[in-house]
Amino acid sequence: MTAEAVHVIAQARRARQTRSLVVIVVLAVVVFAIFCVSLSLGDFNIPVIDVVKTLFGGGDRATEFIVNRLRLPRALTGLLVGTALGLSGAIFQSIARNPLASPDIIGVTYGASAFAVFAIVTLGLTGVAVSAFAIVGAVLTAFIMYVLAWRHGVSSYRLILIGIGIGAIATSITSYLLTKARVEIAQQALIWLTGSLNGRDWSNVRSLAITFVVLLPVMAFLVRQLRILQLGDETAYGLGLRVEVARLGLIVVAVLLAAVATAAAGPIGFVAFVAPPIARRLTRSPGPAMITSGLLGALVVGLSDLVAQHAFGETQLPVGVVTGVVGAPYLMFLLARANRVGSGG
Amino acid sequence: MENPVEPVTQHSLAADGLAVGYDQREIIHDLSVRIPTGKITVIVGANACGKSTLLKALARLLKPSRGTVLLDGKSIQQIPTREVATKLGLLPQSPTAPEGITVADLVGRGRYPRTRWIRQWSRSDDEAVAEAMTSTDVLSIADRPIDELSGGQRQRVWIAMALAQETDILLLDEPTTFLDLTHQFEVLDLLVDLNRSEDRTIVLVLHDLNQACRFGDHLIAMKDGAIVAEGNPSQVITEDVVQDVFGLAVKVVPDPVAGTPMVVPIGRHTSAQDTPTRTSPVAAALAASAAANGVCRPSDR
Repeated sequence: MTAEAVHVIAQARRARQTRSLVVIVVLAVVVFAIFCVSLSLGDFNIPVIDVVKTLFGGGDRATEFIVNRLRLPRALTGLLVGTALGLSGAIFQSIARNPLASPDIIGVTYGASAFAVFAIVTLGLTGVAVSAFAIVGAVLTAFIMYVLAWRHGVSSYRLILIGIGIGAIATSITSYLLTKARVEIAQQALIWLTGSLNGRDWSNVRSLAITFVVLLPVMAFLVRQLRILQLGDETAYGLGLRVEVARLGLIVVAVLLAAVATAAAGPIGFVAFVAPPIARRLTRSPGPAMITSGLLGALVVGLSDLVAQHAFGETQLPVGVVTGVVGAPYLMFLLARANRVGSGG
Repeated sequence: MENPVEPVTQHSLAADGLAVGYDQREIIHDLSVRIPTGKITVIVGANACGKSTLLKALARLLKPSRGTVLLDGKSIQQIPTREVATKLGLLPQSPTAPEGITVADLVGRGRYPRTRWIRQWSRSDDEAVAEAMTSTDVLSIADRPIDELSGGQRQRVWIAMALAQETDILLLDEPTTFLDLTHQFEVLDLLVDLNRSEDRTIVLVLHDLNQACRFGDHLIAMKDGAIVAEGNPSQVITEDVVQDVFGLAVKVVPDPVAGTPMVVPIGRHTSAQDTPTRTSPVAAALAASAAANGVCRPSDR
């Protein structure tokens, strides 16, 4: 072995890191730009430069009121929800080594939806109570999935199939509840089910922020293990990873992220599903590409919400309509490609 | 080994009264074995005889229902798995890698048991990766995605990943199965290099008996989850043992290249009348080289 060989290795490692870093910086700038634009547009348009000034403590009182009081909570909710969904999708897809395994394809968000609709329709609840039900629904669904998929450890394949099955059951429960509901209540539940950022306030931001403060350090710790888990169970065992412990920890983090995001904004479809693959393509990273996925989640939600709010004149759509229009074709592309190469994903 | 030097490796691997299997199906019922330190051990046997099961149990991938696997005299299940990973490396039969991963990145992940969350990547890690990639001759393809490599190159990369762990013991489950003949020998020659250069203990499962004799110092022949014969190739690979283990009638002749036992299957449709009656040295050598080239691999039958 020569110094030259070591140099080659260090060089290759640095090249990978540099590319990721560049992508992260560019994405962060884009996300911030979209964030500012979304704060500037509305019934009363504010120049973007004034928005930036206001965010950093300048600006007059009127702008400050509009930006910080009226628009900031909604924009921040969108930002955090998107990030959470992107991260959750990246973890799920890496654990399962399958791009179909995102929380909105396997049952997690469907379970959250069924519980939330139950809360809205049957119990007549609103607001925070519905969010709480959604979180309980997501966690319970994930728990049932994990237990059913367990046979001397959890295989990714079983987890996905069982997840899709449980998703179908949860969806039919949701439909049943909706058919039993009065029309106005059903309408309210449907809006929740599409995923919307309308009327989000600081309480949403707060619960999301607390989740992030708690989960981000845990996630930073587990990412190293996720990179090993990606090599398959046997290789991971061989490298000294406690595979089941690591996988359970990662699933818990991913489920909580998806649950809290869904609780805050409803099941915004396809964000967790499309963000990580795009992130991996941009960074050319074989790893989970967590930071990039989180940023892309924020970008997708931010951009979709801008479109949903302002692209159709007077009509304002829920953000989930737009993410669905973007995400569904990608799902079809993925299934078609999986069929063609016979890889199942 | 040609010059029998005192092995510098201290690690030892053994199984004592081992019973192990999958779910309810027990494959191995009561097996005890000592893996010779600093040697290449090859486990052979027919399909479903339990040879991969034994390897997986030795690598602590399967938990024994009775008995123990002993690493350095201690039960391997009692040692923290990360500590085991610094003494014993493993190459599964068909390892999977994330799409688009480059050679250097994959080999680098072999450093996992040697790094901590707190103690991040350092120069010594780069050195270990560089050394692993140099000895497997994959340094020149460090930046290539492994999906683009040939089967032989890919297998060398996986071996490099296991080497980056810097373990004294290396277990490989059928490392040549999906390779063509050239690449099979390339991988096996590499394993001999690794064994000789640092007295690594190597255990592998092979299908090809002639390769097992050529490359193994120590052979373990298994049938129905038990060891039928054990020892150096000429002790283990006899016509009787092969008949017993594989249920195949064979002739065993000396390998014209290495002198190790060489198995020539007889089969149902071959009789002495079909072959040239003159058993000239030339004809014998031709038949032998055909067998050595894998034309008559027992596993194909």
